[in-house]
Amino acid sequence: MAVFPQLRRQRSKREEPIGEIPGGQRHRAILLMPGMIWLVIFSILPLALVVVYSFASRGTYGGIEFKWTLENYARLADRLYLAILWRSFLFAFATTVLCLVLGYPMAYAIASSPEPRKNRLLLLIVVPFWTNFLIRTYAWIIILRGQGLINGLLMHLGLISEPLRMLYTPGAVLLGFVYNWLPFMILPLYASLEKIDRSYIEAAMDLGAQGRYVLTKVILPLSLPGIAAGCVLVFIPALAMFAIPDLLGGARTMLVGNLIKNQFLSARNWPFGSAASVFLIVAMLLALFIYRHVLQRAQGHG
Amino acid sequence: MSRRCLWIYVVLGYLFLYLPIAVLVVFSFNASRFNVNWEGFTLAWYAKLLTNANILAAAKNSLIIATVTTVLSTILGTGLALGMHRNSSVLGRLTELFVYVPVIVPETVMGISLLAFFVLTNIELGVTSVIISHVAFCAPFVALIVQARLEGFDDSLVEAALDLGATEWQALFRVTLPIAAPGIVAGALLAFTMSLDDFIVTFFTAGPGSTTLPLYIFSMVKFGVSPEINALCTVLLVVSATAIVAYDKLVRIRD
Repeated sequence: MAVFPQLRRQRSKREEPIGEIPGGQRHRAILLMPGMIWLVIFSILPLALVVVYSFASRGTYGGIEFKWTLENYARLADRLYLAILWRSFLFAFATTVLCLVLGYPMAYAIASSPEPRKNRLLLLIVVPFWTNFLIRTYAWIIILRGQGLINGLLMHLGLISEPLRMLYTPGAVLLGFVYNWLPFMILPLYASLEKIDRSYIEAAMDLGAQGRYVLTKVILPLSLPGIAAGCVLVFIPALAMFAIPDLLGGARTMLVGNLIKNQFLSARNWPFGSAASVFLIVAMLLALFIYRHVLQRAQGHG
Repeated sequence: MSRRCLWIYVVLGYLFLYLPIAVLVVFSFNASRFNVNWEGFTLAWYAKLLTNANILAAAKNSLIIATVTTVLSTILGTGLALGMHRNSSVLGRLTELFVYVPVIVPETVMGISLLAFFVLTNIELGVTSVIISHVAFCAPFVALIVQARLEGFDDSLVEAALDLGATEWQALFRVTLPIAAPGIVAGALLAFTMSLDDFIVTFFTAGPGSTTLPLYIFSMVKFGVSPEINALCTVLLVVSATAIVAYDKLVRIRD
């Protein structure tokens, strides 16, 4: 479980309070410096810039004017943008739930299969996820589009006379999301299911628990860390994605990622785009906070 | 009975994962340009790839960017990991915090923040700005992997080396680095694939002359379906599948 290394680190610190080699502090600082300088300049400063811009105003020609305002945040509460934020949340949430429901039985089956087959099944989950997500998304365009595979088949069979509209719909975006992040859910689920001591399950069965009871009272609670990790790994990137809605969605599937992209590239309202970005970062931190809370509770019960 | 249901479900799950990719590969060999109908086997689309100067230029950009990114992020990331390992000073804690930034901040936001930064500082968008951006998110991942490797490592080995008269740097190069080596190799491989694969951050930080393969694929896909894209995607699929198998073998030999 993810918390274990931290526990171990704390304990070893207590046992050997010096832990730090005398004089090591300076040479550690030397090792750290190049990377830290890079991160401060090219990761922290740019993010700080976005926070600053989110309180600035838009200049007449799409530039930045440093007249401080909260208007960019207030604008997020406009009905139009509120609808986009809500839709983004719904898409990310639905993706997470669908990945969990679809992925859990698969992770369980892989975790409970014998050794050589287990590794092979796991590798088969990972392989498609090593290809670029644009390729995986493009594959669905071939299948869903007007002259695509499904429409072609259905028309060939005479079941429909007009092609069904499947591409450029919210459903297509949701499908693309689930397809893209399913492995992200299965892997942590597998990792936590694989660690469950079989004897717990046997004990529950010996004591007369039925299959469903074993699942809900033993297996599910013990796999909670994996469920939480999988949900975070799916929810966070799904919330900010713009490319999949760009390719599979239509006008009605504008998500917050698309909003940010448009504000920066076409609308050229950087302050407003920055405010939406800050909002997203806060949402991520909130999701991680909930994750930690769930994890701690799971540990407490364990 | 329920066991059989589970396995039927698993088979359907794998079909869901692989069918779209299989369709893509099959149609890269289809002679028809516009139809889903099968009109005979052809390698023409692959031949076209080889003469497409744009694709070759994009592939070259991708490889240059990924190589430079890998070298820089492996050096910087390893330094970060060695420096923050069991380092409870303020600097060490701050490093651990900063290393998590690209894990937490969505790529879209990282992309626009770097774009804003490059525009403000007048750094021209191109291969250099893409490399800078890739290192900003790859180095932390290298650091996390190397740190995970150091986590299980017995510090008394370093203390022993120091007691026996080694200098700090000797202990670093003769003891710590060899132990961290598998983590460093894994980190470098991850950095290479992340850089090669990245679309979102690159999308915001690339300029006209620095189109990478993912950017090229995106612009092609936006334009519409064509068998050339299928062929290009199939080639990339084969490359990444080969890389995984090779990596798997490599790790197995070492173990």
